Amino acid sequence: MSARANILGKLRNSLAGTTPRPDEFDERLVTAPWRYAPEDRIDRLRSLMEAVHTEVHPCRSDNWPELVAELLNKRNLTNLLCAPSKEHGRALQAYFEATEQKVELLAYDQPVEAWKEELFWNVEASLTGTLGGIAATGTLVLWPDRNEPRLMSLVPPVHIALLKASEIHDNLYDMMVAQDWAAGLPTNVLLVSGPSKTADIEQVLAYGAHGPRELIVLVLEDA
Amino acid sequence: MSQLFYDAAPNATRVAPEREPERVYPDKPEAVTLFGTCVVDLFFPEAGLDAIHLLEREGVRVHFPQEQSCCGQPAWTSGYRDEAKAVARAQLDILDRAGLPVVVPSGSCAGMFRHHYRALFADEPDTLRRVEALAERTFELTEFLLKVCKVQLADRGAPSKIALHTSCSARREMNTHLHARELLQQLERVERIDHDHESECCGFGGTFSVRMPEVSGAMVKDKTRSLMDSGAVEMVTADGGCLMNINGSLEKQKESFRGRHLASFLWERINGTSEGEAA
Amino acid sequence: MSQRIPVTELPSDFRGRAEGALADGQLRNNFRVAMDSLMSKRANAFPDADEREGLRELGNRIKAGALSRLPDLLEQLEQKLTENGVKVHWAETIEEANTLVHDIIEARKGNQVVKGKSMVSEEMEMNDYLAERGIECLESDMGEYIVQLDNEKPSHIIMPAIHKNARQVSKLFHDKLGEPETEDVNQLIQIGRRTLRQKFMEADVGVSGVNFAIAETGTLLLVENEGNGRMSTTVPPVHIAVTGIEKVVPNLRDVVPLVSLLTRSALGQPITTYVNLISGPRKPDELDGPEEVHLVLLDNGRSGAFADAQMRQTLNCIRCGACMNHCPVYTRVGGHTYGEVYPGPIGKIITPHMAGLDNVPDHPSASSLCGACGEVCPVKIPIPELLQRLRQENVKAPEQPQQVKGGGAKFSRRERWIWRGWQMLNTRPVLYRSFLWAATRFRALSPKKAGPWTENHSAPVPARRSLHDLAAQHLDQNGGRPS
Ligand code: SF4
Repeated sequence: MSARANILGKLRNSLAGTTPRPDEFDERLVTAPWRYAPEDRIDRLRSLMEAVHTEVHPCRSDNWPELVAELLNKRNLTNLLCAPSKEHGRALQAYFEATEQKVELLAYDQPVEAWKEELFWNVEASLTGTLGGIAATGTLVLWPDRNEPRLMSLVPPVHIALLKASEIHDNLYDMMVAQDWAAGLPTNVLLVSGPSKTADIEQVLAYGAHGPRELIVLVLEDA
Repeated sequence: MSQLFYDAAPNATRVAPEREPERVYPDKPEAVTLFGTCVVDLFFPEAGLDAIHLLEREGVRVHFPQEQSCCGQPAWTSGYRDEAKAVARAQLDILDRAGLPVVVPSGSCAGMFRHHYRALFADEPDTLRRVEALAERTFELTEFLLKVCKVQLADRGAPSKIALHTSCSARREMNTHLHARELLQQLERVERIDHDHESECCGFGGTFSVRMPEVSGAMVKDKTRSLMDSGAVEMVTADGGCLMNINGSLEKQKESFRGRHLASFLWERINGTSEGEAA
Repeated sequence: MSQRIPVTELPSDFRGRAEGALADGQLRNNFRVAMDSLMSKRANAFPDADEREGLRELGNRIKAGALSRLPDLLEQLEQKLTENGVKVHWAETIEEANTLVHDIIEARKGNQVVKGKSMVSEEMEMNDYLAERGIECLESDMGEYIVQLDNEKPSHIIMPAIHKNARQVSKLFHDKLGEPETEDVNQLIQIGRRTLRQKFMEADVGVSGVNFAIAETGTLLLVENEGNGRMSTTVPPVHIAVTGIEKVVPNLRDVVPLVSLLTRSALGQPITTYVNLISGPRKPDELDGPEEVHLVLLDNGRSGAFADAQMRQTLNCIRCGACMNHCPVYTRVGGHTYGEVYPGPIGKIITPHMAGLDNVPDHPSASSLCGACGEVCPVKIPIPELLQRLRQENVKAPEQPQQVKGGGAKFSRRERWIWRGWQMLNTRPVLYRSFLWAATRFRALSPKKAGPWTENHSAPVPARRSLHDLAAQHLDQNGGRPS
């Protein structure tokens, strides 16, 4: 007998003569305490994210590239990983070219194996879009894909994320339902609620444990 | 919402019982049975007598069946189910004979009647009905004074600062800490001082204190330290086990600080003296 | 590769180890401070008691619902994961699980494994198993890394290195990695970051645990703050997730309350920095992520606990650690005293099914039954009730049918007779009253030593007169005594 058959057999045996419990999920418990007026969502998200060491900058569709340049220059960063295949990537590229920024724009356009060393040791910052945000917990939702692969938001020490204000949902449950996640998920979904951190030594918080030391969120208020 | 017994099969998957609704209290009865508890009986009888005084002061007649002994808790928490059950059955018979409300001057023993007898007699439907009835009419002393007698205490003592300790199980099962606090609040010249880690266990736990003397000893040492550091001049509690543990440890440490049963403390405050002390 | 042999050999029994831990002032202080902080963080994370209680009830019902159809859910999970391209394996024992993991690594000719935090892999002692076969298996969670570097075991399921302070970590990094000493926690973490980055890049296989396995979508959910879990499950070409069979939940939406309960109860955080939902290996058009994803489903005694409807409730556990954070015993003796993978209250109720009660005979007794654990458990496991049950199993006579593996370990005929005597005393009023009479009358003769009791207390001396006596007299005088 296989382990599988043994395990399932034992479990079935223990349940003999019983009926499965009814589904008692009560969505009010995960939604009602976590509802916000639309105008309060940004503030809620912002205050929660700032409490965990995240920079949140409200901006607009026409001025965010300028802000990115400013943020990078302030930190003396020399390169930025972003997706030229995406609309925001193109916008940034156009702005950087027009204003002759010195920061080099890098693209994640080959399998990780082909440039692991460089990605891990030389890339200083990255910029990605997000699928949306969650006000209740101060969370960004990322669905990595070919254009913005999984490691883009993890390996570089500084991660800049673009968040459209209209995509901020009250709570995770609402977002899952609104977008029907249960119908099918991509290979990887990420909820990100701050820069990487640890409290494993004496419970003292230290940022940049394995992932980004800094998380910067640009909230596009007009998008 | 489905019930605990949605599926009567003994092997059905269990859910946590529904939250208990807030207890509805009856009017003050004419008479009650006092269940003294074995620890109070032998080591703190004055507290039991002061409990009787407090009840009589409220115009409640107290009945003390001489056949009573122990609620069965020591054996139950030690894993000796059969022995616990035999002793529990004996108490159940005695308490049923009078059929009066039962008042217990020790939180964990009241909890035994209110909660754990159900587990002991789960396999005897007829007894279980009697157990349910007993649970319904059992009250911890402070709860009974406050909620059923709606006692009003006039403080006659000198100004004092005290610390309150409540038995963990009693606090969690019956909110005894809230009842005791409210009673103490009625005493004008008594200030209740919070002590460090107030809600933490004193380390008694019945046979735990002799099975794991190292750990239990560390716990009671910490408890006595925070009681003494609190600035209170004495500690009061409504649980005999905790009182024995804390006072025994203080005495061993040759400290002069002591704990006292809440019943004696209250009786003294409203009279200026504890009659029980004369015993 | 170093072996995980504790640096200091600890005594073999709970009481012996506890004695050592209690005498270690530094250790006691480290735990007290840490547990106090975790308790207040949890309290702050649940400001509304009604909301908290409602959520705990929901958590309890979701887990109970899942357990009530566990075999079907496991099959559904397997089917969905397989559709998604994840290979599912089943193991009854830790030996089987280790063999499965080893075979997967061998097939890729791998010799470097990097691990995200996983209690099941601790249960399997996977590091040792692989090390013996020439495979380096490196912990990447900062706490686990520190503990591994010092040849220790975790002392807490969420905070593995909680027993150490910065000075101790500094010395460790100095001795083992040749780093300059520093008590600056940030610098210590940066040392860990640098060292482990290289390892993530080089690793052939990443191993992780699973917090929730979602049957509906075939998804493995992992929560973490550091990012090492994402690294371990994304960078190496192979990802092996190991988990217990109880981790499956029916629907995706179920993880909304469960994650909230988990992160708030464990660390007081509304959510962890990362929640990572993995539903398959890298697709052909994707540029990163593992080429292979495996899930090993481990039984290791869980089906045994499942067979007993009362003990089945232990499988609700979502491994948040709140029960140990709130346990006055754990706070004083620390995780290593338990001598097993899972310490604290949860360890006391699940270890018997894994290791046998006879291997942990003191575990059920190491509790004052104060109830703090049951009060905070986010999935409402009645921990004190289960401890009480295990005490019954512990003292069962050998001739009685044993319901828990290794039951009857604490059976003693002498003790049984003492309780029989106690029973007789308390069921025969005449006997009881004679005892009271003698004890009060001859109180001067009470022994000055009363076994372990007098280690911590003065000898108890009975009162001059019992309450039976005082009450009879008083009620007689007052005419209050019913006939
Ligand atoms: S038993 Fe409850 S409190 Fe303890 S780790 Fe498990 S889920 Fe958390």
